[in-house]
Amino acid sequence: MIDVRHIFKTFYAPHKIEALVDVSTQVAAGEVVVVIGPSGSGKSTFLRCLNYLETADSGHIIIDGIDVLDAKTDINAIRAEVGMVFQSFNLFPHKNVLNNIILAQKVVRKRPAKQAHDKAMMLLNKVGIQDKANVYPDQLSGGQQQRVAIARALAMDPKVMLFDEPTSALDPEMIGEVLDVMKNLAKEGMTMVVVTHEMGFAREVADQVIFMDEGKIIEIGTPEHFFKNPSHERTKLFLNQIL
Amino acid sequence: MHNIRADPNRFPPCQFERFEANLMSTRNLSRPKPKYVNLIWMGVFILMVIAILSAIYYATQQIDYVWRWYSVPKYFIYQDNIEVLSETEGDITALTPAGKNLTMTISNDDGRHEYSGPEGSAHYSVGDYVYPDDILFAYKKWKPGILVLGMWLTLKVSFISIIFGVIIGMLTGLARISDNPALKWSAITYIEIIRGSPLLVQIFIWYFVLGTLINTILSKQGIPSIPPLWFGVAALAGFAGAYVAEIVRAGIQSIHRGQTEASRSLGMTYPQTMRHVILPQAMRRIIPPLAGQFISLIKDSSLLGIIAIRELTKATREVVTVSLQPFELWFVCALLYLILTFTFSMFLQYLERRATAS
Repeated sequence: MIDVRHIFKTFYAPHKIEALVDVSTQVAAGEVVVVIGPSGSGKSTFLRCLNYLETADSGHIIIDGIDVLDAKTDINAIRAEVGMVFQSFNLFPHKNVLNNIILAQKVVRKRPAKQAHDKAMMLLNKVGIQDKANVYPDQLSGGQQQRVAIARALAMDPKVMLFDEPTSALDPEMIGEVLDVMKNLAKEGMTMVVVTHEMGFAREVADQVIFMDEGKIIEIGTPEHFFKNPSHERTKLFLNQIL
Repeated sequence: MHNIRADPNRFPPCQFERFEANLMSTRNLSRPKPKYVNLIWMGVFILMVIAILSAIYYATQQIDYVWRWYSVPKYFIYQDNIEVLSETEGDITALTPAGKNLTMTISNDDGRHEYSGPEGSAHYSVGDYVYPDDILFAYKKWKPGILVLGMWLTLKVSFISIIFGVIIGMLTGLARISDNPALKWSAITYIEIIRGSPLLVQIFIWYFVLGTLINTILSKQGIPSIPPLWFGVAALAGFAGAYVAEIVRAGIQSIHRGQTEASRSLGMTYPQTMRHVILPQAMRRIIPPLAGQFISLIKDSSLLGIIAIRELTKATREVVTVSLQPFELWFVCALLYLILTFTFSMFLQYLERRATAS
């Protein structure tokens, strides 16, 4: 489903940082990949490169057979197939929950109002906040907002879901409800790439864990391999610090 | 990230002003002063106002200026004497009421001529013989004075200019943040030229340079020339447009970039993102600075007098020349501008509240 080949990314402002150095990996359809690593390791940049929110300098990112970095690729068509959930939710504050979910369905997918509405209600039901349909985002708790954001991304019927630290901005007691939604999604067979610090989620749900540091992929492996006997010193050090 | 203003339930709009005051640096965190201290300073303020007004009055007494406020109202509204004169000679054959008016029919060899005037204002009755230039009807009619006409023109010019100014400003603001160098540099050039030169000079250029060019070319084609009003509107709209563009740019850029990212990540294009996500949010932030710009525009329209547009300031100048009452009239002129700008700012505050509440 996702095939990343030798991507490089260097930031020059405010000073030169090699954010991604020769990153390659594959994600099969239905697989859940969790990307972990210390802050500044390039894991968010990697994720954002996948739907072109950042432009990789070189290499290839092939999603469902289409090269994202090819100049001829319609980037909006790719993005419609790749859902993204942000750390800071980024709900549209001027629209209520329902319209947050309906907007892109109407504008991008050109769905009729009734169909978009039903889809939105179905998804709100799925993430467990159907009673908040007519409320504005800033009247919701962080956990509720993030669940709406997930529903908003799912409304496009994406082939892949990207999660950029979805629980990092949440109060501890709300992390569980968001992770539960993500776990259900994984069970349904959604292809997911998740950047997170939630090691419990990685252990329980991930098919692959990728550990990144200083822009490089240090280690890729199954959760068992990863948490029981990691092969690299850097990985051991990191796991010791956070576990 | 969280927009507290967008939540009308938590902070109803009218209370919001007070809420913001509490957040502002004007709250000096000192111990509240006893009530009588504030009362004393309020008294000081009132005394200062009275002192300044008395000083002005005293000074005018020194130069023997005679205040004649009673002569001011007639420049707002006055009774015009209207006389309907006969253009022919003949017998009055009929005097028939038509609604509140009377129709007087004069018959002679040429046929019948009809004149009309309000009931009771006829100077002749049926059977009388009238000659040309005889007064058939004489009555009084209320008419708006020159100051009211000037105020109306100021309002009209400002209103048209504001509409064009907002359209120009919106487009320029969007061009200003565009990636396209042609659009971006056109916008920057326009904004810098307008903001860097005095409005008075711009009005002169519009009227004496562009106006002369356009009207000369038009007259060669046999098309009637454009009246100065429209060059005044062009100057004001162009001037306001540059400032509105900067307000629009700032408003758009104040929206968190996460909004663009979320919208684009759903597959929406840049124009769709602007239309559905960024501009609706930016509009709410744009309204208050826009209100200030509009009020400036109403005041700036006072410069249009120099290109023969008889707006409020020009009208006042003409009345001063006739009446020789400059002191009263210039105060009145200032007061009229104050009424216009104040009404306008009230209206925009109402709009802002509605935008916040929706």
